[in-house]
Amino acid sequence: MRAIGAHVAVVGASICSYDGGVAAPQTTPVQSPDVETLPATDRPWITVVHDDPVNLMTYVTWVFQKQFGYTFDKAQSLMLDVHNKGRAAVSHGARERMEYDASCLHGYGLWATVEQP
Amino acid sequence: MFRRYGKHCVATFAPDEVRVLRKVATEVVGLLTDGFDHGDPVVDRLFPDVYPTNSDDSAEFRRFTEGDLKTGKIDAAGAILAALPSSSGGEVRLDEEAAEAWLRALNDARLAMGVRLDISAETDLGEELDDAVLSDPSSSRVFQLSVYAYLGYLQESLLTALTE
Repeated sequence: MRAIGAHVAVVGASICSYDGGVAAPQTTPVQSPDVETLPATDRPWITVVHDDPVNLMTYVTWVFQKQFGYTFDKAQSLMLDVHNKGRAAVSHGARERMEYDASCLHGYGLWATVEQP
Repeated sequence: MFRRYGKHCVATFAPDEVRVLRKVATEVVGLLTDGFDHGDPVVDRLFPDVYPTNSDDSAEFRRFTEGDLKTGKIDAAGAILAALPSSSGGEVRLDEEAAEAWLRALNDARLAMGVRLDISAETDLGEELDDAVLSDPSSSRVFQLSVYAYLGYLQESLLTALTE
């Protein structure tokens, strides 16, 4: 079984905020042209946020800005996708990174899951 | 409700607001400590399965992350308790870090109440409250719905104050 501990052991909200530093995974294109031909283990994973009846729309937008360093416009557009379509992929990249993102989003009370499309 | 003063988010709370906030934050702490139970739907909502179709991977993820996640949530609820004035009411003044902790804690409290109150996408809070008042104005459901609505307004006002 895959060890995930090293990557996700520390999820205190203080380190979950986007630090504006390293090139974050969201700068990678969502779909590489040959993504379907890559071996399954190399295909990118995504963090999915699901709609829920309690979280305020303004709060969800703020969390996306805070967590991923997204602009207000991008964060709001993702929030609206969640709201209107029921779910939206909010980040993509290596599985461990997605688990970290999901865990941080759980810290904010968002309903986040990880999958490999 | 919160307003922005310089670098701080500031609100003045009446005695009954202080009482409600203390009760709610204390209940969240209780839920995450002595009362922690994976069979509780509130716990399911606060600690969702990260792989809904793979319980083994979800459990493994949980094993590595749940402790820190729980600590973060307890600390956030603790930030509310730490900042509240005495039971006679008064001012709360939050710096950015404390304001963010309050936002997360208010959200957790609303999530917990939302599960207990069976809030769904179709729920009209006003109608729900009217129905509850008609059936029994002194019921705990009327109180719970009022608190849930109040926490929503408070969270929204804090978010506006923080981001303006």
